[in-house]
Order: sequence, then structure tokens, then C-alpha cells
Amino acid sequence: MTLKSPLDRVRDALRGQRAREKDIRNLVSNLPYEGLGKTKQPNRYFPGNAIKTTKYTLLLFIPMNLFEQFHRLANIYFVCLAILNFVPVVNAFQPEVALIPICVILSLAALKAAWEDFRRYRSDRKLNNTPCFIYSRKDKRFTKSRWKDVRVGDFVKVVCNEIVPADLLLLHSSDPSGVCHIETSNLDGETNLKQRRAMSGICISDPEFKPESFNTVVVCEKPNNNLNHFKCYVEKPDKDKVGTGIESLLLRGCKMRNTHHAVGFVVYAGHETKSMLNNNAPRYKRSKLERKLNTDVIFCVILLLSMCLVGALGHFLWLQALPSGPPYLVPDSNGHLDSPSLSGFYMFFTMIILLQILIPISLYVSIELVKIGQIYFITNDIDLHDDETDRRVQCKTLNITEDLGQIEYVFSDKTGTLTENKMVFRRCSIMGTEYPHKENAIRLAVLGEPESGEDVIFNQRPQPPLTGWSLDTEDITPDCTQHHHDNRHRSKVKGNAQSDVAFSSPLETEVIPDRKLLQQISRAGNCSGSQEIDPYLDFFLGLAICNTVAVSMATAQRQRRKPKRSRSILEDLVVEEDHFNPPVKKEDFEDTTGLQMCSLHAPSDTNSDNLSYEAESPDEAALVYAAKAYGFTLLNRTPDSVTLRLPSGEDLVFEVLDTLTFDSNRKRMSVLVRHPITREYVLYTKGADYAIMELLEHLSGKQKNIAAGTQHHLDCYAKDGLRTLCFTKKVVSYKEYESWSVNRQRALAAIDHREELVMDTAVQLETGLSLLGATGIEDRLQESVPDTIVALREAGIQVWVLTGDKPETAVNIGYACRLLEEEDLVINMSCKNKLVCTSILDCTLEEVRRYSEDPRNVDTTQGISLVIDGCTLTMALSSDLQDRFVDLAKRCRSVLCCRVTPLQKSRVVKMVREKLKVMTLAVGDGANDVSMIQAADIGIGLSGQEGMQAVMASDFAISRFKHLNKLILVHGHWCYTRLANMIIYFFYKNVAYVNLLFWYQFFCGFSGTTMIDYWLMIFFNLFFTSVPPIMFGIMDRDVSAEMLLGVPELYRMGQGAGEYTFSTFWVSMLDAFYQSLVCFFIPYLAYQDSDIDVFTFGTPLNTISLFTIILHLSIEIKAWTVVHWVIMLGSVALYFIVTLVYSAICVSCNPPSNPYWILQSQMADPMFYLLCIITTVVALMPRYMFHVLKNSIAPSPLVQARHLDRLDPSTRDEWMKEWKSFRSTSQVKRSRLSPPTSPTMETLADI
Amino acid sequence: MGKEGGCGQNKTMVKQEQELANRPDNTAFTQQRLPAWQPMLSAGIVIPGFVIIGLAFIGIGVALFITSKNIQVMEMDYTGFEPDSDCFKCSNPEEKNCVCQLDFNISSRFEGPVFFYYGLSNYFQNYRRYGVSKDDAQLSGDLDNFKSPSDTCSPYDTDGIKPIVPCGSIANSMFNDTFLLYREVNGTNELVPLDGKGIAWWTDYNVKYRNPNVTPLKEAFEGTVKPLFWPRPAYELDTSDPNNNGFINQDFLVWMRRAALPDFRKLYRRIAQGDYARGLPAGNYSLKIAYNYPVLSFQGRKKVVFSNVSWMGGRNDFLGIAYLVIGSMCVFMSIVMLIVYAKFKFPEED
Repeated sequence: MTLKSPLDRVRDALRGQRAREKDIRNLVSNLPYEGLGKTKQPNRYFPGNAIKTTKYTLLLFIPMNLFEQFHRLANIYFVCLAILNFVPVVNAFQPEVALIPICVILSLAALKAAWEDFRRYRSDRKLNNTPCFIYSRKDKRFTKSRWKDVRVGDFVKVVCNEIVPADLLLLHSSDPSGVCHIETSNLDGETNLKQRRAMSGICISDPEFKPESFNTVVVCEKPNNNLNHFKCYVEKPDKDKVGTGIESLLLRGCKMRNTHHAVGFVVYAGHETKSMLNNNAPRYKRSKLERKLNTDVIFCVILLLSMCLVGALGHFLWLQALPSGPPYLVPDSNGHLDSPSLSGFYMFFTMIILLQILIPISLYVSIELVKIGQIYFITNDIDLHDDETDRRVQCKTLNITEDLGQIEYVFSDKTGTLTENKMVFRRCSIMGTEYPHKENAIRLAVLGEPESGEDVIFNQRPQPPLTGWSLDTEDITPDCTQHHHDNRHRSKVKGNAQSDVAFSSPLETEVIPDRKLLQQISRAGNCSGSQEIDPYLDFFLGLAICNTVAVSMATAQRQRRKPKRSRSILEDLVVEEDHFNPPVKKEDFEDTTGLQMCSLHAPSDTNSDNLSYEAESPDEAALVYAAKAYGFTLLNRTPDSVTLRLPSGEDLVFEVLDTLTFDSNRKRMSVLVRHPITREYVLYTKGADYAIMELLEHLSGKQKNIAAGTQHHLDCYAKDGLRTLCFTKKVVSYKEYESWSVNRQRALAAIDHREELVMDTAVQLETGLSLLGATGIEDRLQESVPDTIVALREAGIQVWVLTGDKPETAVNIGYACRLLEEEDLVINMSCKNKLVCTSILDCTLEEVRRYSEDPRNVDTTQGISLVIDGCTLTMALSSDLQDRFVDLAKRCRSVLCCRVTPLQKSRVVKMVREKLKVMTLAVGDGANDVSMIQAADIGIGLSGQEGMQAVMASDFAISRFKHLNKLILVHGHWCYTRLANMIIYFFYKNVAYVNLLFWYQFFCGFSGTTMIDYWLMIFFNLFFTSVPPIMFGIMDRDVSAEMLLGVPELYRMGQGAGEYTFSTFWVSMLDAFYQSLVCFFIPYLAYQDSDIDVFTFGTPLNTISLFTIILHLSIEIKAWTVVHWVIMLGSVALYFIVTLVYSAICVSCNPPSNPYWILQSQMADPMFYLLCIITTVVALMPRYMFHVLKNSIAPSPLVQARHLDRLDPSTRDEWMKEWKSFRSTSQVKRSRLSPPTSPTMETLADI
Repeated sequence: MGKEGGCGQNKTMVKQEQELANRPDNTAFTQQRLPAWQPMLSAGIVIPGFVIIGLAFIGIGVALFITSKNIQVMEMDYTGFEPDSDCFKCSNPEEKNCVCQLDFNISSRFEGPVFFYYGLSNYFQNYRRYGVSKDDAQLSGDLDNFKSPSDTCSPYDTDGIKPIVPCGSIANSMFNDTFLLYREVNGTNELVPLDGKGIAWWTDYNVKYRNPNVTPLKEAFEGTVKPLFWPRPAYELDTSDPNNNGFINQDFLVWMRRAALPDFRKLYRRIAQGDYARGLPAGNYSLKIAYNYPVLSFQGRKKVVFSNVSWMGGRNDFLGIAYLVIGSMCVFMSIVMLIVYAKFKFPEED
């Protein structure tokens, strides 16, 4: 290698910098440059694939860590004090001693940082050394190499089940269609397979890919962290540009699936990959309690300064009162005494050093430790563990546990949060005719009842004795037997999944066809030869084609790390059974169905039983399964074609010309296919009804009727709480397609504004649609959702549901989950313009005010509920109406917002949070909830069916909505009371101890003398009394979990100001002052006029202080476990052992003080014990008496609950029942002023 | 095919096992269900405790009070602040080697052993700078620190040329009044023997303070000067007993143990020898005081205290009274609690 001049090097570095910063990067293959020096490499400016996530290096650890730590204000305070101690005129201790606390705390923190960094280093090393295959020109093959050797511009081969080492542009796949599948669960937690397509037209992919032939330039954008977005085009030597996007990018960290191998070109490596750019540090949130605590720390600072001022002033006055220099005043080296004012000035700083622990610096460290402990217990709660997904609750933000105990408003998403987000096809409407699928409904109802769960039989064979759902007549049997994929026996789910039968496995996938509809189809199938395609067939074609569902063979099922609920178990069982059933038997069985259309089953075909569908949204899967139930089986999907089996057994291959993917603006998706028989270009569109209805072609009379009928059905569906989708079709002429296609290609290749252009082209095509029909899909409520909502409400929490659904659907679900109660007064707000909105808001507000002021309503608990739709919400959120809306919402027991956008969700949360100054919690499961989750004080993500974006953005991640109950009511309450009490105790502890020193100043001329040995003083805070409060903060249990869950009202204790209020702080401060006075003056009076010396006087003070502080805590501890005993007694023992040993060995080790043999001599004196006993008793008497009298005369609900806790479980349950019944009788007493406004819902029963 | 089916089953089992992998341990500790004692602070429960504590305190209080009352204490101020006092003449700082006399009468026998204290008021031995002003290494006999005392002693570390031993303000300000007690027996004054042995802490005398291992002691002090205020160097503190010199002089040790409070007494001698082992008989006594220590300049007071001691040390009524008061309060509180209990019973206590 040649030596380079420094100038060259600088120039090179600058060029590299520029290359990295540029918006567009040109990348070429490394192969032609293989073996050349580093300076000759074209991609040398881009970082390699080795990653380094460590913060420190071995050499620079200490300075870097110190630098980091001194970003904390508390540490700076410490250091300032230490430095102050080195100033001779003001020092209170020996300078070295003053360094101990800061050193201990800094080194503890540094140790933790070092350990974490070491773990990062190890995982980095492991990752960097993972093997992979890079193409080598020399060897003409892919050679085994390591991840860290991958560079931008290399060709990397990834084989099945291997992890992608860098962001690769997919050039070749072993799959003939150029497709490969990846699983992105490492990145976003989504477990469904995603399809990636090799860039077309770049390389000839048959049969082996030749990287040498790659002679194009890859032009791509600057690295960014958007996992779902990538812009890139490839420029061929002939200047031909081919654009591509995320669909051809294999992301680092993904797993290759279902594909033997694939070859990609490295676009981004190492830290520039999208997954690395997404690796953010955990968020830091500051809890409400901590914010409050900071104001109290400021009070402490004020207190400290005023005490120092008293000291300084006292010293000044004391000196001034002295007529001449007494022998105990030590002059400086010149023999002069400082003037009183100067001495007083110095004394101010000495006092700061002396009383420094008044600022509870160790409190911050302790709080951190306590929170670690609290999080440990939360994540280890077995009740918050979901057996089906095997997920625990995750705490992503580590420092807001106590906020869980102060929640006043809960904002919840509906789909996937309150509901399962497992879609079940319920009914459909085709060409204006409704097919209610009654049999299906009955089956679902039967399955839905938990007690019948055991007897669930899912067999669609025509064997009446085996069917769990009873049908009235015999003639229906053929209807339900035409499935050729369903010889499932009653497969009882093993173990705990019993109650989940209704939610898992067959239910979602199996649909019992409607008899009438089947006849329609068979009729249509019979005349399929005609040119006119029957709309019924079209409807099901649309169902089966218009989606992005990927098909995977059950036998080729990828192995998942974790079973996805119990369904996968079932799937396996099913597979197993299939193998025992020879296909021949099935043929026979199908022949008995009497439907000719099933007879053309080619035995060579893939067994459609083994199909399983991987859908990005559960709706799509439900629809595909529904189509399958009617014989329209989706057999295969590639980017270019869809293979479909018709009821007649024919396999049709539709050429897919384009897929207009779903987006939340259009609220629809379309697939453009070429019909294999008619050769027509057909566009199938599905979407939300309001997004579709306005796009229908000019309606003629008949079609108008159809549209009106369908709309009517849609409304009915919505009232039943079903999710609705409309299906349309459009035949596109060749010319129209040609012209559109050109636009489309241009839009796809664009690098700027690509999204908008692509969307515009989609909108261009989706016009003049003709309506086929609509579907209603049911999304069941999760288990225990109503109970959870009722419990939350009893806990004084207002629950808001924000959903994108239609008002009718939402209201229905609202009743089902007991968000709305039958006797509630429901206010429905829906208006078109702002003027109306304003007047309605004013009227309602007036009425609600009058209602709540009406004396007749004082003792009723009837609630007011508000239902508002997105459009009205927009107006209500406008700045002039905001206050009125908040005022109204404040008076409502629950609020239901429908048709809201993600942005509105977060605006609502923000508005409530800011206007009402309350603690808010948002819970959601999907990407649309992310903004809301981030806007709330606490964001909770539900790891459900819709990927992990919500979980990623959340502070806590749970897997079922019902877990919210225990998380908030139990852990929230515990964490809050524990931490609040711990903090109050900590303030008390420091003040009580430091004041001993302060009182002594009055007897030593305010000279800053300590009567306690410095070391013992430091140990006192650092060791003797530090562990008990931390344990108290982690483990104290004021009320049992059963009690908290049984009586949610107890939660109200923490809301608003909670236990940690201004007054509790000052009461404990006063108590601390009182106790310190007692602890000082009783020994003072006892030793007055005696020959006691300084440290002999201080030793009993220290001991008494320890007893007082420890016993004070034991008054506060509500439940004593073994751990409590060990730690409390251990602390006292530690004090005596350490002090005795120290007093025995330290003859003159600590020059100014001489603790030698002092505790020993004191312990030989009976007076010492008598003094300790009386002082401790007097000091703690008021607090003890206060507790006793308060608990006896006016016990708080918590105390009452604690009393009940002590009873044996059976009596306790009786009490709780009585409590509850008392509550319900009071509900009965409610006056029914207005009837519920909602229509009665027949479906309520089965939800 | 059948084989594959078996595989499926295996897979199922593996999956079920895996399912447990993430499940938290179901132990009493992790589930926060450790058996716990939950004390309830309510009136009914604490009454017996209060009664017992109250009675015990009253008992202790009575014992302490009686013990304290039985201790005889006699204090006499000899500052010479009042003009009619014999020591008035000595209170003038100009007066050197002044001796004054204090006459007093003991009406009934002063039970022995009698402890003879000197007391100072408004004297802040606990002043921070003062407390620091000594050199522990020097006092433990380290000869290096004889030559160069620690700078904590400043400005009493050198006289400008030679190092001061013992250095520092505490040593420098050592109390130097001396007392002789006479009893009038048959018209003549009989010297009451005062025992100066073992008045300091045993550990101070034997462990902490050490003279340098040089005999004679005087040689160790070569090249040093005595503290400014001292009339004699340290090795001549007690001319009568050569073992009571240097840093292990009992009076020096007593002085070096700094008093905790500004009004303090320090043990001067014990009266426990000969005829006086059982105490001071009734009669007239006179105390000859070599008045050296100036206190009036800082409004201090000097006194002598005769006291006998019990197991609880010197006389102090406070603790006994405190126990009595708190004990009675506990009893009173338990009565209050009884009323509260009768009025506000808990449901399950019925």
C-alpha cells in the first residue's frame, strides 16, 4: 500500500463525507474492483457491515462515563460540595471524606454502564461474526464469510431460514417467479410472511444468477429509518431506468422463508441499514410523581439555604457577643481572628456541606432501584402472562410505573383492543339480496358459549348426531357438505385453550354456506358457459382475488419460534388427520354431496386442504375463507397471477396486471386482473362503504335499487356490530388500460412524490364501479372486556373509546362491552356544519348542567354517555369549541368517538390531557393508534394481530385487554403507593437526621461541629438506612391484589393528587422536625451538666436516630414478609456491628474525631439503653397515635380493605359480595329519566 | 405419511414446552404472595400494649427518680465575679499566681466515693476549629510529629522557630487551676487526700495517648517548646509522679476529651482514700484554689462540684421525670383509646 499524503487523506475524507450526505447514492458492483487497494474501491465511502453499538471503548471508558454522568444535575451538586470541602476556610469534614458519597454513587453507576456495554459488545461480536455467503470473483462462487465482511456493492446469497445480513436489493430468487418471502418479526414483530420480488429486467435469472454480469448502477436514496419505504432505481448501461421500492428490499434482520435461496445486492450496510437506524434508545419519560417530587426538592433547597442562613447569622451574632478572644477560638496563622461577618459568611458554606443530605441526592438512585424492582414484579406477574401467545407484559419505559396508579382517563381503540381482531365472516349481501347465513350464526353462537365449549363439534360431514348445532330439517345436509377440506374431528384444544375454542382455529376459517346462496351459485355455475358472468360468481371472484393474502402450504408450514395462539397446534392436528384420510375417501364423500360442480376434482392437484392463508389483515383472510367455503378456493398467488379453483373444480389462472394497495386515504384496494376466459381486464375493488358508494357508475333504475338495498343491509350490519366491506367490479377496456398503464409506470419509477403519484393513478382507475355486494364480518369481543371496563369505571376512571368504525357499529360494541349501559343517557352528536355543532353543544351542555344540578338526580348514579362522530369531533376540537366540548365530556361517564382518524385520536388525548390536567392512558394495538399512544401519559400497546407498531411505540405492552385490569388496579396502585410512601419517607429520613446536626449548632457556637463521626455519618445514609426504604418501595403491600381487584374503588386513592400531596410532604417534614427535636433534646437534657464528651454524646444520638428512623418505617410498612424482617433487623445489626468494629479498630485513623471504644463504653452504661428507649418512644408516639386514632375513628377505605384482608378468604368473599350487592341495589334505585336511545340489538346475546 | 403425522405430534409437544419458556415462575415471591404479618393499628389492638408500656415506664421512672434524688451534689462557683467573693481579686487577669480560698460547710455526711469536678460554663470546647486543633499522631508518641506537627495545629504548631509539643489549641488551652481541699478538724486544717489516678478513660491512658519510647522522657522533648499558656513543659506536668507526665497525664487526658456542651464539668479528683473512703464527714471545709485560668474575658464561669455517683452516673432528675410523664401519658392514652374503641368498633371485631 502506498503512503498517502495527509492532504490526500483529508480530501478523501471530505469526499467520503459528501458522498454519505448526498440525497442520492450511486452504487456499483464491487466485483470488477475485487483485489484492488482500498482507495480504488468505488463504495469505500459507505460504512461496512460491522456494527458497534457499544458506547465506550476500553481506554476511554472512565472519562467518557464520567462525562456522561456529570450530565445529571445531582452529580454536579455532589461534586460542587466535594470541591467546597477542599476550600480550607469553609470545610466541615476532611476533604477526602467528603469524596466518599460521590465516589460510591459514581462508581456504582459506572459499574452498571460497564456491564451493559460489555453485554452489547458481546452481542455485537456475535452478530458481526455470523457466517454468510458473499460472491467472490476469484472463486466464481459464493464463499463463506462473515457479516462484518459484507460491504456495500457486494452480492450476498441468503438461504432459507437464514437471517439477512444487510439491506439487500433482491436480484434473484430460487423461486422461478422471482419471489421470496421474509419474516420481519425481528424488526416489527409481525409474524406474517411478506413477499419480496426480485427486480425485474435486471438480470437473467435462469438458471443461475451471474453476479459478474451485473453492470448497472443502483441509484438509491439516503439511508432512513422507514421500514416500509424505499426509493431506488437501477440505471442500465443503455440508460434505461427501472424503478423499484420496498418490495424488492430485503431488510437486515429479516428471516428468509419459503424460498430456497436468494441473491441480493448490498445497498446499505451496518449502521446505515433500516433496522439499525430503527434501533432507538429507550425513551425517557418523567412521571407525574417525579415532577411533583422535583418541586419538593426545591423546597428542600430553600429549607437548606434558610437553615444555612440561620447558621451563618447565628455564628455572626455569637462571635459578636464575645467580648474578647476566648481560648477556644483558634486564630489563623497570623494570630488574627476573622471578623464576625466574614466568619459568618464562611459559615454559610460550611453549613451547606454539613447539611448537604437535606437534598436527597440518594433519593434519585433509590427511586431508580425501586423502579427496577417494581418492573421486575410487574413482568413476573403470572396473571399478566398470556398463555396462548406466551407473552409477558413488557415494560418499555422504565420510569413511569407509578403513573399507572393515577390514571383518570383511559382512551381505547376498539378493533383488536376491545375485540379479538379475529374476523369471522357472518353475512353478505349480493346484488341487493341479503344472505343471513343463519346456520353459521347458530354455530358461532353455540361455539361462543363457554360452557358448551367442551362439546364443540366441528364436523361438517352430514352426520347429524355429530353436529353440535342443531338444524331443523334434513334437507340442509347437502349444503354443508360441499366443502372438500373439512374432515376435522372434534379437536379439543389441549390444556388451557379450552375457553378459547371460540376464538381460535376452525371458527375463523370455517364458514357454513348459506343454502339459498349456494343454490344461486350452483345455478350460476351451470350456465357458466355464457358470455355474461354471473354477478354471484363475480362477487366470489372478487372475494378471492381482491386481497393480498399469501398462500402457503400447510405441510410446508414454516416453523415459528412461538406458536401463534393455539391455532397452530390445531393446524398440526388437522394436518395429521389429513394424512390418515386417503384422498379417495374424500372423493367418495364429495360425490355424495349431489352437487356436480365438485366432481371435477383432478387428483393430481394440490390438495386444497393443506392451504393456509397468510393475510396482513384478518378481514382479508376471513373473506378468502368465506370464498373458499363457497368453492372459490384461492390456490396460489404470485405477484403476476392468481390461481383460483372454481366450484366446478376448474382451476383458473388470472393474470394480475396491477394491485392498488390499501391506504387509509382511499380506504379501499383494487386488483386489476385479466380474466382467463373472457380476456377482459377486470378491476375488483373492495373498501369501506362510504369510500365505495360515491364511486359507483351512473346508476340506472335497477342498479339504484341494488345500491339502495345494499346500503340498507350495510346499515343493518353496522347496527349488529359487524364490520362492513363493499365489493365492486369494473371492466376496463384495453385502450383505457393502455393509457393508464403508461401513467402508472411513470408514477412507479418516480423518485420524488412517488406516493402521491401512485395514489393518483389508483384514484384515476377506481371510478365508475359497479356494485356487486357487501359483506359483514364479525369481530368478537375479547374475553372479560365488559368486566374490565366496568372495573375501570368503578375505579373512577373515565373510559373513552376511539374507533374508526361507523357509529352504529361502535354503539353496538359499546353496549356489548358495557361502555354504555342500558339506563345511560346517551347523547348522540353528529352534525354537518359548525353552526349546528355549536348550538347542539351549547344546548347539550346546558341540559347536562341542569340535569346534574337537579336535586332529584343527586342520589342517582345514572351516567351520561356521549357518542360523537369524526366529522363533529373535528369541529368540537376547533379552538373555539374545545372548552365547551371538554366541559361536556368531563360530565359524561363514557365517550365514544366514531370514525376518527389516527390524528384525531391523538388530538383528543392531548386535548383532554392538557385541558383537564389529568393522567391519561391510551391503549391500542395497531399502527393507527401509535400517535394516540405517544400522546398519552402512558401508552399501552396490545400485541395482537396487527403487527407490533403499537407495541414499539408504547410504554407497556400487554397481550389482552383484560390485563389492563390488574396492571392498573393492582400494580398501578401498588407502584404508586409504594413509591409515594417511599419518597415521603426518604425526605423525612434525611431531614430528621440532618436536623440533629442543626440543633447541635446552637450549642457549639454555630461552628459546624458534628458530634457524630464522619464515617459513621456517611455510613448511616449509605448503608444503615438505605436498604429498608428501597425494600419498602419495592415490596410493601398495603392491600392484597384480590381486594384491589374485588373493590376497584380503592384505586381512587391514587387519582388526582393521590397520597403524595403537598400536605403529606409538609406533615412528614414537620414530623421530621419534631422527631429530630426529640432525638436531640432528650439526650441533651439527660447529659446536661455532665462530663460527657463530644462523640460520646453523639453516639447515643446516632443510635436513637437509627432506631427512630427504622421504627418509623415499620409503622409505615403494611405487610411484613420474611424479606422485611431480614432487612429491617439486618440494618440494625449492621449498624451495631459496623460501629462496634469501627470503634474497636480505629484508634486514631480519622484524626479530628476519635470514636475509639466509645460505643463499647456506651453500651456498658444502662443510661444508654434507657435513653434510647424513651427517646424513640417519644419521637414516634405522635405518628403512632395519629395512625391509630385515624384508623379507629375515620378509617380510610384502604384501611377497611386491609381489615377485610385479614379475614379468611371465605368470609372475605362474602363481605366483598355484600359490598357489591350494596352497590347494585343503589343502582336499582336510579330513576329512569330517559329510555336508552339505542335500538335493541338481537346480536347482543352472542357477543 | 404416518411418520410425518408423528412429527407433527412431536412438534406440538415441543411447542407446548416452549410455551412455558416465557411463563413467569409461579412462586410466592415473584407473585408477591409471601406470607405476611399485617399489623393493624387500631385502638382495640394497641390498648394492652400501651398499658404495659405505660406501667413499665412509670416503674423505670420511679426507680430513676429515686436514684437521682439520692445522689448528693454540691456546686460552688469560684469565678470571683462578685466583689464579695474571695476569688474576686484573682479574677483580674493581671494577677499572677493568685491563690484564693473557698470555705464551705457540709451539714451531713457526703456519701462516698465523692467525685471532685471542676466546671466551666460558656466554654465551647466543641467549637469546630478548636476540636480539630491537635495532632493525634504526635499525641500517640510519634517522634516525627514532634519535629513537624500537623498543620491542623496551626497556629499553635510552632512558636515561630521551634515546634510546640503538644501542639494545637486544645492542649494549649488546658485548664490549669489546681485545688487543695482542707477539712477543719479540731481547729486545724487537715488535707483531704485527692486521688488523681484513673480519672481519665482507660483507653485514653493505655491505648490512644502514648509517650514516645524514650527515657528519660525529657529527651524526647528536646528541640521543642512547651505550649504558650503552659507554665511547665509536658514532661513536668506532675512533679510528684513521674508516670503521670507527658501525654498520659490524667489531667491532660481529661482535658483533651472535649466536652460536648458549652456548660460542662470535668473530673478533677476522686476522694476515696483513707478516712474519706466512705465520704466526706459533716464539718467545715476550705478549698485552696490556685487561680490561673481566665474565664471572665469571655463571660465564662468556673465552679467546683462535689458529687457522688450511682449506677446511672451523676445526678439528673430529667430522665426519671421523663419516664414518669411518658408512662402516665401512655396510661392516659390507653384510656382514651378505650373510649375510642367503645365508640368506633370495627365490624369484624364484634
